[in-house]
Amino acid sequence: MLEVKNLAARRGHITLFDQVNFRLSAGEALVVTGANGTGKTTLLRMLAGLSHPLSGKMFWQEQEVRPFDPLLRNNINFAGHAPSLKDELTAEENLEILVRLTGESVSRQTLRDALDKVALGARLNVPARSLSQGQRRRIGLARLTLIPRVLWILDEPVTALDVAGIALLGEMMASHVKAGGSVIAATHQSLDLPNVRSFSFQ
Amino acid sequence: MNTPASFPTRSAYAFGDGALSAFSWALRRDLRLAMRSRAELGVQILFYIIVVALFPLSMAPDHQLLLLLGPGVLWVAALLASLLSLSRLFANDFADGTLEQMALSPWPLSALILGKVAAHWLTTGLPVVLLAPLLSIQYALEAEAVKVLMMGLLIGTPVLSLLGAIGAALTLGLRSGGGSLLALLVLPLYVPILIFGAASVDGIRGGIDVSSNFALLGAGLLLALVGAPFATSAAIRIALD
Repeated sequence: MLEVKNLAARRGHITLFDQVNFRLSAGEALVVTGANGTGKTTLLRMLAGLSHPLSGKMFWQEQEVRPFDPLLRNNINFAGHAPSLKDELTAEENLEILVRLTGESVSRQTLRDALDKVALGARLNVPARSLSQGQRRRIGLARLTLIPRVLWILDEPVTALDVAGIALLGEMMASHVKAGGSVIAATHQSLDLPNVRSFSFQ
Repeated sequence: MNTPASFPTRSAYAFGDGALSAFSWALRRDLRLAMRSRAELGVQILFYIIVVALFPLSMAPDHQLLLLLGPGVLWVAALLASLLSLSRLFANDFADGTLEQMALSPWPLSALILGKVAAHWLTTGLPVVLLAPLLSIQYALEAEAVKVLMMGLLIGTPVLSLLGAIGAALTLGLRSGGGSLLALLVLPLYVPILIFGAASVDGIRGGIDVSSNFALLGAGLLLALVGAPFATSAAIRIALD
């Protein structure tokens, strides 16, 4: 599905990585590990099509793609460090807006069910500013399930989540992979995924 | 190696697809956010009113002098009011990650930007236009001059929002001094609008046809409408890289 060849990145004068090669098929998960500052986030942003590699090529289903390529934008669900929430809006409004932005339409009931599933059912109408960091992350989990995209790219998805939240995330990722989707995640938490490979930065 | 059946196989959108949905998504979201933080909105409008009101207080109450100065003061205040809220146009979305999601949306980024700019104009430009008749009382402008002033502001203020968006996108990611750099970047671009806008009001006093100034303002608006969203989206993509 996604293939990268000789990908390299540089921050300032430091080469973060070069010669990154891998191929990810449908129904596979890839866990990216490495110490802080080794380029995990840079790699994930590159794969999502947000930043330009110094050199190297990316292919989506054998077709070469560049940053912001419509092919990537139509098939990837990217969740970065920041949960993209607006403090002034409620949990439900935030979720609706984020799902709509991907071109999907969503009913009120679907939104509520999704928030129920991440244990935010009682907090639908609470402004996001009054939610805890973990609860804000959970809105992101609900968002994952509502956007039907084949490849999930998740940057540190377990941050601020409690034990139950991490279990829920693991379940979601596992069922996504079982359904034939793929996941690329940067995390140090072992999430018990099927069909998982790991990629480690030195 | 095909996408499994459980996921919609999405090929690339054709050019312009979803532009209307994108525009209305951004417009409605930004208006809703503006309504939730009305205090901020009020500050901008009060700023405009106060700047305009300061000038008559600072000089001799000379009827002729005020008449001459009025349109220019209102125009300069309009520029400053537009500038005041520009630094936040993309900064909040940039900080909380929404801008990333907008850039990764299948919708065209330029249409999303146009929606945001429209919301910016409705919340800062339109109040400036609507308050103009009230504020021109202080400058003793006659009815005809007020009409021309409002028309000019109506065509000119959207251009301010459109050009300002380019500057706001270019200064994204600057840690500090982004606001003052933005002013340095954008105010020179505002100069033609200021000249033609203020000149149109002077024109009626000299008995000159005002339509040429309006035509130039209108041309500026069309040019900005076509060019600014694309320039802004290019600047945003650079900021995200």
